[in-house]
Amino acid sequence: MSMKVGSRQVDGVVIVDCSGRITLGEGSVILRDTVRDLLSKGNKKIVLNLQDVNYIDSSGIGELVSAFTTTKNQGGELKLLNLTKKVNDLLQITKLYTVFDVKDDEASAVKSFK
Amino acid sequence: MAMTEQRVSYTLDSSLETIDNAEEKATRVATELGFPDDEIMQISMAVREGAVNAVLHGNAYAPDKKVTLVFERSGDDLIITIRDQGRGMDLSKIPNPLAPENLLKTSGRGIFLMRSFMDVVEIRPTESGTELKLIKHVHGPTAGGKEASQ
Repeated sequence: MSMKVGSRQVDGVVIVDCSGRITLGEGSVILRDTVRDLLSKGNKKIVLNLQDVNYIDSSGIGELVSAFTTTKNQGGELKLLNLTKKVNDLLQITKLYTVFDVKDDEASAVKSFK
Repeated sequence: MAMTEQRVSYTLDSSLETIDNAEEKATRVATELGFPDDEIMQISMAVREGAVNAVLHGNAYAPDKKVTLVFERSGDDLIITIRDQGRGMDLSKIPNPLAPENLLKTSGRGIFLMRSFMDVVEIRPTESGTELKLIKHVHGPTAGGKEASQ
């Protein structure tokens, strides 16, 4: 299953609902283009909802890091929401769990932005 | 690979499709050998990362270069070998992805993930490229498929 994204606004925060696989190739490119497009339109508060992302490889992990740093460098914030166990485990073993602001419910994710 | 077979080999193009293909084959082999779900995911992901290295960093998508993927069952081990025809890599130049200064790097986690998921990871240069060997010990009473097939 390739990756699909859809975005929606909730109280000034953009929630990006991702599904499928974030892997080398199409999945990583879709995520990169989505985040860059949001930033170019002035959206600085971004939540990646990964509830339906069932697989991420090292390229996908790199793309999450890139999205995080790109957003931060432009004065914004990017947070992760609803990690599956697989993705959560990957972020734990790569120590990226300490880097990302990870939330497990949408309302608190939205409220957590300054 | 049927469980009765001990070795199967594939010669694959240096393409993105090969990476998905290698992962799918690994999932199938690991499933047929009776590995539990979490280890099937680990094996398939390690093979995917190995295939990424072979296609991208080894063969650099060169159409005249091939990737060889071999699955072997040897005793209590599943041995997976991935060979490319590239220039090879200098392992000493691969930074530790867990070091604080490297955490925000966007690449360099593939070999680390392989080492996290497999029991043995060996990388060595060959005359024509690089050989990656991944070994997973078969654990549990269903390994080998006899009980799993009943």
